[in-house]
Amino acid sequence: MMTQRQSDGSRAVGPALSGPEGGALSHQRPRGPLWRTSRPVRAVLVSSVGAVALAALVWTAATGFVEPYVALSFCLVIAAGELARITLPGHREAAPIASAGAISYAFLLTLGSGPLHHSAWQVVAVVALGVALGELPHIAVGRSPRVEDVARRVLVAALLAVAFRPMAEQWDLVGPSVTATLLMAALVLVTWALDALVAAVLRAERLRTRLGVAVRDELRAQFATGAAIGSSGVLIALACTVTGLAGLLVFTAPLLVSQVAFRRHAEVRRTYLETVRALSRVTEVGGYVENGHSRRVSHLAHGIACELGLAEAELLELEYAALMHDIGQLSLREPIAGGATVLASPREQRRIAELGSAIIRETGVLDNVAEMVRRQCEPLAGDGDEGVPPLGSRIIKVANAFDDLVGENGDEERRAAVLGRLRMDTDSEYDPRVVDALATVLSRL
Amino acid sequence: MVSAVTVMLIGPYAGLDLRTLALIAILFVVAESISTAVLTGVKAGISPSSAVSLAAVVLVGPVGAAVVGFASCLSIRRQNLVKRVFNGAQFALAAYAAGHVYLLLGGTVGEPAREDFPAIVFPYVAAVLTHSLVNSVLIAVLMWTLGAVRSDGPRSRFHWRPLVAVELSSMGYQMLGLAIAAVWGGVGLVAPLLVLLPLFIARWTFAQQLNETRAHEATLATLCQAVETKDYYTRGHCMRVAEAAAMIARELGMPAERVQKIRYAGMLHDIGKLGVPTKVLQKTGRLTDEEYAAIKLHPTRGYEIVREISFLDEALAGIRHHHERLDGRGYPMGLVGMEIPESARVISVADVFDCLTSTRSYRQAWSVEDAIAELRACAGTQFDPRMVEALVRAVEREGWETPDIVEPPGGCYGSEAAEESAARAAASAEGAGEAELPAADGHAEQEPAASAEAVPGGRDR
Repeated sequence: MMTQRQSDGSRAVGPALSGPEGGALSHQRPRGPLWRTSRPVRAVLVSSVGAVALAALVWTAATGFVEPYVALSFCLVIAAGELARITLPGHREAAPIASAGAISYAFLLTLGSGPLHHSAWQVVAVVALGVALGELPHIAVGRSPRVEDVARRVLVAALLAVAFRPMAEQWDLVGPSVTATLLMAALVLVTWALDALVAAVLRAERLRTRLGVAVRDELRAQFATGAAIGSSGVLIALACTVTGLAGLLVFTAPLLVSQVAFRRHAEVRRTYLETVRALSRVTEVGGYVENGHSRRVSHLAHGIACELGLAEAELLELEYAALMHDIGQLSLREPIAGGATVLASPREQRRIAELGSAIIRETGVLDNVAEMVRRQCEPLAGDGDEGVPPLGSRIIKVANAFDDLVGENGDEERRAAVLGRLRMDTDSEYDPRVVDALATVLSRL
Repeated sequence: MVSAVTVMLIGPYAGLDLRTLALIAILFVVAESISTAVLTGVKAGISPSSAVSLAAVVLVGPVGAAVVGFASCLSIRRQNLVKRVFNGAQFALAAYAAGHVYLLLGGTVGEPAREDFPAIVFPYVAAVLTHSLVNSVLIAVLMWTLGAVRSDGPRSRFHWRPLVAVELSSMGYQMLGLAIAAVWGGVGLVAPLLVLLPLFIARWTFAQQLNETRAHEATLATLCQAVETKDYYTRGHCMRVAEAAAMIARELGMPAERVQKIRYAGMLHDIGKLGVPTKVLQKTGRLTDEEYAAIKLHPTRGYEIVREISFLDEALAGIRHHHERLDGRGYPMGLVGMEIPESARVISVADVFDCLTSTRSYRQAWSVEDAIAELRACAGTQFDPRMVEALVRAVEREGWETPDIVEPPGGCYGSEAAEESAARAAASAEGAGEAELPAADGHAEQEPAASAEAVPGGRDR
């Protein structure tokens, strides 16, 4: 629902509005045939996981389900978890309960009465079936999932099952023991790292950022969810040996609490960004700047920052700063002509930046953002003895100058001319690396 | 405290396994320490570690549980000795009582086996209930002896809802104690770690979320105030309207979440004023038709700005329609009566109330009593009487801080504005609102009033 609403929103106002959190949704869905996709990794991942799941389903259907009631219960829990999937900050989709259910089914050794014998194939089949069941209602009301995230969830279960089921048979693990627990924990840890890596490759591909940065972002972003999901998965698998299938319901409870917390946290983050986005438009409504200026600057700054390999947290701060970079104009008695700060006198620019920074600093929570805004118009070497302005300020300076000079409907030629003009100033005013990154971003439009 | 110690001395000791006891006690202390270290800033609520003390009831019986509970005073936190010991004793007594109830109802001490399972749940639930009950009673007694609970004044209405929420969530945690006990036999110490990890993560996320909520609120307030700097006299208006709107909404018994939304909407209600040229806003003479039309646009402008803030949902309508009047003479759509969204009716009353009680360039602030009289006079035609009465009740109970009288640097009083305000005061004295409300007698349409906001409701910000 959230995903849909946001994508609608950004589509309505044009593709120029993506940012780190609302980001890239408009470019996300493949257009045209699959083999001409701009995101090959994603296509490969989705199709291979799909193929494996299908093969597993066919195989299991042909050979028959072992312990069908157990399979059915886990399938239903996975479906319910998938139905209750959540969107975490940074447009990461997660279904903690479904994932934990899948992990525990892969790890399930016994239900107290005799060992269970389901194969890794059956695990994949059950998980795929559960995920499909849970997604059906979403798709029916038009909230299609992010396929790559669904694929990742199935992939995790498949990897765990393929690794663990043969090992359990070989070492004769039949009940909860310290060995089994350690093995499960180790496997979960390794798989979690692999999953984060896959997610990072996808993210790097989507945002065109560096892989190393993306890996760090993903590890950080998925630490909390991963720990909660992994520990619950292991716990359910172990506890079901004592309590039987009832444990499946009881032990998802702690995870349910976490899921609620994750969801509310994501909502607050989203609201925060929406608020800053909306309020950054006050300068436009007040006639201080051209329509859509703040958002275009923020979009460009985001593209440049991805190109330069900024981490997720820095991207978010940069987006806030870019959205609010002109807020200081509110303190002006009358709007400056055309709103283009790049054409104002340096003294005036400095004053606007400082007024804006003072407003932002007032919030008490956005000090880095205030600093970026304050130093957004300084030349490359900085002025005074503060040294070089932060990278964020340099990016905003370039993005702002570009947008002021090109305007809303700049054509190809005008863009090239403006880019050339910015290039000429790279020895004193603009950071050459930032301008180069801008050129790369523009070449993709 | 003494009783806690005696409780630990008298039995029963049956089924007390010292090794298990020591492990659980250590676990409990660690969990408590972590929870206080990680969860600073989360007020109220029992930490997830209480699940451990309930697990102790099953695993080591009442005395063991009491020892475990008392061990909590060893946890690492900033707290003086008396408080620590009291907390420990409180935990110990609650756990001891819970343990006895558990035994009384047929629960067995020790690691529960497969065949215990459906039967053990009933005594365990009873134990959880007892634990919560004893805990609450002990806290209440403490509060009473410290005199922290004041029974005087209308302010100390008992807010039972949050308390119940806290109790329910802590009972949810404690139910998990059974889970810990269940897997203890198989994997020992790993079990509670697996149970507690997601809980701690959840609590940590909640704490993060609280911080972000605060950051959000601070940002929103700051930006609103930044917008207000255009007009010297309206400083703080948005925050006060937000406060008044929240007071009304609370008084009407709206759920907390909705109150919050209306508060935000109150804060943002005039954001569209930015689209109105400064000179029109600050004009003290009569407005031309065009100028008045420009002013009339501001609710719609504001709505357009904040439309994308999706969590506001129905409160958005409050921003769009806060200048509607019950008799249908408002703007921008001229909605009548209950067609006007509830949030808009709330904000409209709050808006006018603050406008009347603060100083404007053309008049002095009214007293709260006068403002209330004015609102009452216009109830039914301009305002929803329910909202007006709710505001009156809330203000009577909680009081209202009128803004300090601000003198603009330039000094705006005394010139033509003073004359006008004198004329206005005289008119309102004889006309009881009629003169203040040109729209009420129907000639506003032909003759726009003197200022953008001279009029309660009709033209004020």
